[in-house]
Amino acid sequence: MQRRTRIAVLAASTVAALSLAACSGGGGGSASDAATARGPITIWYSNNASEVEWGKGMVEAWNADHPDEEITAQEIPAGKSSEEVITAAITAGTTPCLVFNNLPAATGQFQKQGGLVDLSSFEDGDSYIQARSGDIAEQYRSSDGDFYQLPWKSNPVMIFYNKDLFTAAGLDPENPKLSTYDDFLTSAKAIVSSGAADFAINPSPTSEFFQPNFDFIPLFAAQTGGQQIVEDGKATFADDDGYAVADFWASVYSDDLAGKEKYEGDAFADGKAAMAIVGPWAIAYYGDKIANWGAVPVPTENGTPADETYTFSDAKSVGMYSSCENQGTAWDVLKFATGEEQDGQLLELTGQMPIRTDLATTYSDYFTANPDYEVFGDQANRTVEDPSDPEAVAMMQALRDAYTKAVVTGDGDVKSALDEAAKKIDSLATQG
Amino acid sequence: MSGTTTRQEDRTARSSRRGPGPSGRRSLLSRLLGAQPIGWLFGAPYLVFAIIVFAYPLAFAIYMSFFDYFFSAPGVEVDKPFVGFDNYVAVVTDPAVLQSLGNVLVFLVINVPLTVVLSIVLASALNKVVHLRTFLRVSYYVPYVTASVALVGVWLFLFSGNGLVNNILGPLAPTPSWLVNPALAMPTIALFVTWKQLGFYILLYLAALQNVPKELYESASTDGAGVIRSFFSVTVPGVRQATVLVLMLSTIIGANLFTEPYLLTGGGGPNGASASPVLIMYQRGIQQGHPGFAAALGILLTIAVLIVALLQRRFAGGKEE
Repeated sequence: MQRRTRIAVLAASTVAALSLAACSGGGGGSASDAATARGPITIWYSNNASEVEWGKGMVEAWNADHPDEEITAQEIPAGKSSEEVITAAITAGTTPCLVFNNLPAATGQFQKQGGLVDLSSFEDGDSYIQARSGDIAEQYRSSDGDFYQLPWKSNPVMIFYNKDLFTAAGLDPENPKLSTYDDFLTSAKAIVSSGAADFAINPSPTSEFFQPNFDFIPLFAAQTGGQQIVEDGKATFADDDGYAVADFWASVYSDDLAGKEKYEGDAFADGKAAMAIVGPWAIAYYGDKIANWGAVPVPTENGTPADETYTFSDAKSVGMYSSCENQGTAWDVLKFATGEEQDGQLLELTGQMPIRTDLATTYSDYFTANPDYEVFGDQANRTVEDPSDPEAVAMMQALRDAYTKAVVTGDGDVKSALDEAAKKIDSLATQG
Repeated sequence: MSGTTTRQEDRTARSSRRGPGPSGRRSLLSRLLGAQPIGWLFGAPYLVFAIIVFAYPLAFAIYMSFFDYFFSAPGVEVDKPFVGFDNYVAVVTDPAVLQSLGNVLVFLVINVPLTVVLSIVLASALNKVVHLRTFLRVSYYVPYVTASVALVGVWLFLFSGNGLVNNILGPLAPTPSWLVNPALAMPTIALFVTWKQLGFYILLYLAALQNVPKELYESASTDGAGVIRSFFSVTVPGVRQATVLVLMLSTIIGANLFTEPYLLTGGGGPNGASASPVLIMYQRGIQQGHPGFAAALGILLTIAVLIVALLQRRFAGGKEE
């Protein structure tokens, strides 16, 4: 009996030890071998219906011609956010070869984790990315000078407005006065005071790190003519332009032109807000609910011509992950999926803008057939991205915390809040 | 007496047959494994589970808290320098953490007493109800088993600016509204969690009430005690151990508050007034990639909760029989 017990205890200990050992193991094969290796690969793509349709079509097209290098594709696993799923997968060594859903702001962290393949290490890595995306690609370059992500598609955000509510407020729906801060505030006050809508505009006032992308950052990009909130390791918004943008939003909130509380649902779709800051995906999304809409660039302090106005890109990039064993195939798939034909399919199926310099000319037929998208297609040439520093998320959280306190709730001085956030970001930049 | 003598003789005889060496080893093994070594086998699955799911992560969290740690891909060398107590210093000097600790204190001061009082009163009432007993018990239990995400939607409908509660209150509605009011956000969350968890604690009290002898109520009644007197003199002392359990569980669960500030107040707003330490851990450790800081906060939180739980046991538990 005792012998059996000893064996059982030994067996249990061995199982436990092996389990723990398994947790710390992983990896295998040299990086240089993997870079040229070819064979089957796995990819993840977003779980929204139109991107799933594009993803399936792309995989089918590739697999038909490459039986020895087949793609196995799936939607990105469910989680609180894609970024957390990818972070966990990097740590566990279970990332696929390619993820067509990288948040550029999280890429620095993925890179620091050692989870991403340096795309510049491929012979035609830099040249392919630069040829496809032009100068915009520079915003996606890592601080070490290399590309760890391929800028894939953007959803340049603009002011989307409900023409019927503008008419109800006595405003000209065809030529709305929304280009300067003063004009915007005047129009917004007319919307609310007339009772046309509860709010003129209703960006989410909550504290999540990514929310600046839909209030402060687009207007800051427009106000500065295309500046990122962090450049060369320094916060750029603690200046007159940043203060002007924050003061504008503070006026919006203090005059009750926007809700200070999270709206359950979609205020624009429900007719509770007359405007929204959204990308071209909104055309299909709101099409059934709000047929009579218009889109104009985000405002600036003194007004900027539409063809010179910058905005936030709301882009997604593609990352190649270091756990990939057949990186040679993965690079070929990446080029195939971002080539002219598949980019055209992406535009056709999702209405999202491939980040390419020749967007308007290559797909002129599409924009002729779908004139609603033309203004977004033009805006896609002037976009600004989030920082890609390893501390980018912490930086954006610092900005958001200052913004919600001083701008949304009006607690404290706006200028001081931005100055403090900038100091914190500068400090974070030195940690990255 | 004769039995004792016989056992001593048996031990002596066995000892002389086996010799001193092997006997020493066996007795050591015997001391380690106990009188019934087979018990280890039966307990092994849970032991392995506890080691892998609780002990190993806890030990690893302690380890991480002393390093500038970073989750890296397998086989990738990322510098993770030893930083001593730097993470702990960063935690205790971080204004957001200090604010979150204050917030959770507000939460516990409201949630724990309210939970204990409401659950014991409602359990006592439910114990005496004859009609609709099952319906009422299920009604209280449903919020506990319902996903927080779904319930948060209901509470947003109730407590938002244009919600039902404000419509009923009319001019008495607070400005700013409940969930965006720095003074009211955390108390509102405390009420939500109290309501959501109540069914579970009522169940604990209902189980404890079955062990209170009916004779005690009869004696109290004979001595002229009314319902209230019986409640305080028989019920409350009779379920004291359950009360300690409820106190400790509600404190531990409250200190781990995350879902409600994450969903109900949009990430701990307004201005961090409803941020909890665990929400800060999530932001710093998972979102921002500083697990060392998050681990240090987690360890300090664990120690604080243990101290509170020990004090509760000391002052509310009374003496074990």
